[in-house]
Amino acid sequence: MATLELKNLHVALEDGTPIVNGVDLTVSSGEVHAIMGPNGSGKSTLAYAIAGHPAYQVTGGQIVLDGVDITEAGADERAQGGLFLAFQYPHAIPGVTVTNFLRQALNAVRKARNGGVDDPMPVPEFRKLFLAKMDDLKVSRELASRYLNDGFSGGEKKRVEILQMAMLRPRIAVLDETDSGLDIDALKVVAEGVQQLVGPEMGALVITHYNRILKYIKPDFVHVFVDGKIVEQGGAELAEKLEVSGYEEWEKEGVTA
Amino acid sequence: MAQTETEIVQGIGSDYEVKYGFNVPEDYFFKSGRGLSHELVDAISSHKDEPDWMRKFRHRSLEYFLARPLPTWGGGQTLQEIDFDNIYYYIRPTETQAESWEDLPADIRDTWDKLGIPEAEKKYLAGVGAQYESEVVYHKLQESLTAQGVLFLDTDTALREHEDVFKQYFGTIIPQNDNKFAALNSAVWSGGSFIYVPPGVHIELPLQAYFRINAENMGQFERTLIIVDEDAYVHYVEGCTAPIYSSDSLHSAVVEIVVKKGGRCRYTTIQNWSNNVYNLVTKRAVAEAGATMEWVDGNLGSKLTMKYPAIWLMGEAAHGEVLSIAFAGKGQHQDAGGKCVHVGKNTTSVITSKSISKNGGRAGYRGLLEVAKGATRSKSKVVCDALILDEESRSDTYPYIRIDENDVDIGHEATVSKIGEEQLFYLQSRGLSEAEASAMIVSGFVEPITKELPLEYAVEMNRLIQLQMEGSVG
Repeated sequence: MATLELKNLHVALEDGTPIVNGVDLTVSSGEVHAIMGPNGSGKSTLAYAIAGHPAYQVTGGQIVLDGVDITEAGADERAQGGLFLAFQYPHAIPGVTVTNFLRQALNAVRKARNGGVDDPMPVPEFRKLFLAKMDDLKVSRELASRYLNDGFSGGEKKRVEILQMAMLRPRIAVLDETDSGLDIDALKVVAEGVQQLVGPEMGALVITHYNRILKYIKPDFVHVFVDGKIVEQGGAELAEKLEVSGYEEWEKEGVTA
Repeated sequence: MAQTETEIVQGIGSDYEVKYGFNVPEDYFFKSGRGLSHELVDAISSHKDEPDWMRKFRHRSLEYFLARPLPTWGGGQTLQEIDFDNIYYYIRPTETQAESWEDLPADIRDTWDKLGIPEAEKKYLAGVGAQYESEVVYHKLQESLTAQGVLFLDTDTALREHEDVFKQYFGTIIPQNDNKFAALNSAVWSGGSFIYVPPGVHIELPLQAYFRINAENMGQFERTLIIVDEDAYVHYVEGCTAPIYSSDSLHSAVVEIVVKKGGRCRYTTIQNWSNNVYNLVTKRAVAEAGATMEWVDGNLGSKLTMKYPAIWLMGEAAHGEVLSIAFAGKGQHQDAGGKCVHVGKNTTSVITSKSISKNGGRAGYRGLLEVAKGATRSKSKVVCDALILDEESRSDTYPYIRIDENDVDIGHEATVSKIGEEQLFYLQSRGLSEAEASAMIVSGFVEPITKELPLEYAVEMNRLIQLQMEGSVG
């Protein structure tokens, strides 16, 4: 059982501009939470802050993972503790193949979970697992020997994000606009991949502008996010309501909208 | 939890210390006094029982060395600080050369074991030469190659046993007064490799030489001469390390290569001297018609390296490649690069340079591309990329281009980049530490070169980069 708690979380940019203004949220394994908000509402900032991006300053509140305060922890320690962020815009690492990258990342996580002692996955086992996951997510095997995200199409990048998630087996996954740039077939595959992982061992926080992805990943909770705050909460039906009426209702109330 | 910077920096030192930076007691057959003189040159020549022409060649070279000023470019002030009077120019560790590792004195044998040379020999090498201080203490070539007429000897033995062919090429590619350090090497040279590959012979596995400095303030001056006859092929690999001392050592080699018609020579260097070694080396190859010469030059260690492997493309359709990696960390200056001179028609060359600087290190590319009048339809491409890891570090690019022919196709590209915070964050968000993430980005940056190496050396190169990177966490 994993739990991520955001307690009155405030986040600002390096120049002090406040972006996230007091978020309280608890995500547990087995649950899918959706954060829905308009462009510029601070959704991605929230995702980065949870993952530990150094350019975003937590100016108040706490991030707690399984009872441990990780507000000050580095991004690597958070990942080792079981957090995963699927990026909206994954970065290219020229010269490093997807396979080599994933093997090193997986072994870094295994080492941390093994009390700092090396515990590399044997190569044949890694290969078997990797090929199986690639096939599950309909990722072309040819991508395995390509350089990570280097020259990948938008769809390939997103699939490879989910492939990384499937390999690293996080306890809490944050998906930042994973639906953007995906056609409907790719979206289904990616969503299925996420849905399969959600269960007793993983909870998910799906950040999105549109309802589209939520047709395939059923949210248990929907949080409407405007001006860096959760302004309304509900079940899956809230997402459908948003699909029709948009965010206008809340944006009018916002001071800085 | 993350290590503190101090822990990591200490970790690095001890890691080099344990793996390469150790030293063993000196129990030598002969050790010269410090400093350079005509008496010393005589002593070296007498120890080697050389012909008179070589003794004279050495004395004349010393005159050239003494007469030439130090270069004012390249290493700058660091170069001016070499204390030539404090160096030991000749140390002969053992009286005779061994053909079996077991025959070496225990301390020296243990050194090679720790460096993994006997093991590498068994696994993937066709021949090995192991130089300790001034002399090659172990040398061996697979018998099947000896039977095909391949010569792989230390250079002193080659002079004794094959004087005719030796004399035909020695000092012809790099004249004794080519530059101050070539003159120094010509005066006090000792050891190095001599290779002759007969026409049509392809040596599939690499030949390797390993150069080890053990004594403090040592000067090592090996001399290498490689002749690849028509349509023959050899891949020669050299590695080098030294103990960590607080005062300086000097390594100044001369490497001359002739690749005859249709032949191919690949010369790979993994230079990993400790950070108190001056590494001032002259390397030059001549490629005849249809021949290929490739320098793969990895510079990771040393205090100051000045080295620009050169290829003179003399024959029609000769091809040259220089792949250079220079990695400068704290207190290091790598002035590396390459030179290609097109003389024959239809000659082609590619220079690819990747330099990395961190923790105040300085890495640069200095290269020459020259096309002589008459070298029509020559083609060349120079690509130099620099990666700077922090604000204190520095990268320089000095691309010299001289073209005396109109009918040519020349390209030059240069990029300078920094490791992006976003790339680092992306990798760290997958569980890699900052050092691991930086090392991964750097490994990717040099991948166009490491992919050219045989697997064992690619692994070694990546491991050394990893080691270098461990100090970059601030």
